[in-house]
Amino acid sequence: MVSIPPKTTNTDFVPASPMSQKLSRVLNHKSITIGGGILIVMILMAILAPFIAPHDPFSQNLTKRFLDPVWYPKGTWEHPLGTDSFGRDYLSRMIFGARASLLIGFSAMLISGLIGTTLGVLAGYFGGRVDMVITFIITTRLAIPVILVALVVVALAGNSLSIVIWVLGFLIWDRFAVVMRSATQQIRALDYVTAAQAIGCSTLRIIFSEILPNITNALIVIATLEVAHAILLEAALSFLGLGVQPPTPSWGLMVSEGKGMMFFKAWVIAIPGIALFLLVLSINLLGDGIRDVTAPENRN
Amino acid sequence: MLIYALKRLGVALLVFVSISIIGFVLLRASGDPAIALAGEGASQQDVEYVRQHYGFNRPIYIQYVDWAKRALTGDLGDSIYLRQPVSQVIAERAPTTLLLGALSLCFALILAIPMGVLAALYPNSYIDRTALTIAVVGQALPTFFFSLLLIVIFGVWLHWLPIAGNSSWKNFIMPSIALGYYATPAIMRLTRAGMIEVLSSDYIRTARAKGLRRSTVLFKHALRNAVIPVVSLAAVQLGFMLGGSVIIESIFSLNGLGNLAWQTIRRSDFEVMQAVVLTIASFYILLTYLADLLNAFLDPRIRTS
Repeated sequence: MVSIPPKTTNTDFVPASPMSQKLSRVLNHKSITIGGGILIVMILMAILAPFIAPHDPFSQNLTKRFLDPVWYPKGTWEHPLGTDSFGRDYLSRMIFGARASLLIGFSAMLISGLIGTTLGVLAGYFGGRVDMVITFIITTRLAIPVILVALVVVALAGNSLSIVIWVLGFLIWDRFAVVMRSATQQIRALDYVTAAQAIGCSTLRIIFSEILPNITNALIVIATLEVAHAILLEAALSFLGLGVQPPTPSWGLMVSEGKGMMFFKAWVIAIPGIALFLLVLSINLLGDGIRDVTAPENRN
Repeated sequence: MLIYALKRLGVALLVFVSISIIGFVLLRASGDPAIALAGEGASQQDVEYVRQHYGFNRPIYIQYVDWAKRALTGDLGDSIYLRQPVSQVIAERAPTTLLLGALSLCFALILAIPMGVLAALYPNSYIDRTALTIAVVGQALPTFFFSLLLIVIFGVWLHWLPIAGNSSWKNFIMPSIALGYYATPAIMRLTRAGMIEVLSSDYIRTARAKGLRRSTVLFKHALRNAVIPVVSLAAVQLGFMLGGSVIIESIFSLNGLGNLAWQTIRRSDFEVMQAVVLTIASFYILLTYLADLLNAFLDPRIRTS
């Protein structure tokens, strides 16, 4: 008789790979799952807008102005979030409005991230005169009132989507530069950078293969915070009438359009306002969570 | 200390000059002052005449030097819409914005410092979580939406406060809360972090071991050291709030610099826009300069490094 060895399930003893450890740490982190969850829903909403919006966000129906949302006694499922001053479906406008926020938020972050990281890494790596000049540039940038200058430039140069993105991108790189500068200073003092210099690596190579990979975690955290910052600025510009132009839906613009009606129907401003709040909150939570997981020592 | 102060003053002046240049160039790169000045529906000829007459066709650095020379004598040009010297317009509007900024900062400090201290004393407690919630909500709530919420709740539903204008002190309550709330999270976090650090330091342990009263240790020893960094953060935040006043003032119809900026932006009144940007920037530069000096005065390590 052949005895069959009992089947052992020894998965408990195999140490989890660093990658899966990291993954489980990420998935068990409350603010990452909540923030990331909301953000993914919003991104999907923006991408799939034409397929999930129940109505055309631009089609007007003046006989159906300011219909109440479904939770009011007069609300119907035909327009779950009611209609706006032109009788356009509010839910559809909300779904399409996510596009403006996310597009501007991410694009402005990419531009500002590129500018800020370049300046920060150069200042941190070279130190001395370079650091002095870049620190001065950062100080100057911080003294420029962001909203005011953004309003002035957008008003004069014309308010197209791309101008809003470029203006915001060129204004909000300061945090990237400050954080990347000090992160680079820390890494630069480490032995492996000295070793790389000793074996004759070029400066460019040291920056790209020794410095940058080691400041990526901090970079991701700042990037999330700056997306949120850019989204808030876009909303404020649109609210003041100088961001996204009607009839394109944007949440900041919808709050502004509903302002005249807010004393009678508070939901008109509450719906886009709360959506903006949730979006920015989710991105901030995600950023805080990533910082907790990657650099727990910086928690407070 | 004097050398440090002079050095910082030099940097501050250099920043000021840079910003005046950036503002000047940016404004002229974004729009054409001749078209704005000639008005809507002006013919090509009129625009060309205005350009010649005001010298907008000269190289930009000559225009800047010209402007800077006049600005140094206090002449910032004239507002084309208000038909007043710009310096006079700014002087009329600035007090409202400064008052709004000061009140907002007071609100932020009154809310943030006690909350930050309590959160540090009882980490992970109910009060710490409340403080964290206030901070997280404050960072995510758009200022303009928060302002409108305040108007709907306290102005319209409860009828407690006036919703627009600046006729009485009551008009400043809601704008100060809306603007101050924006600065609260950063100040609260810094107070909390500073207190936690200070409370675990040796001299606090010594003070406790000597048998000093708990309140003496907290207020005389701990808080005094923990708020040093908060002072400079508060100055920076006040500078940011003066810049952010454009949204708040336009919502609450407060007649300050922010509202002035908002009106002149829509009318492309170049000279005024430039002056408002420069005024707000110079307040920020002045505030951070004073904060630097105060910090160096309180902490000798800063001025020697």
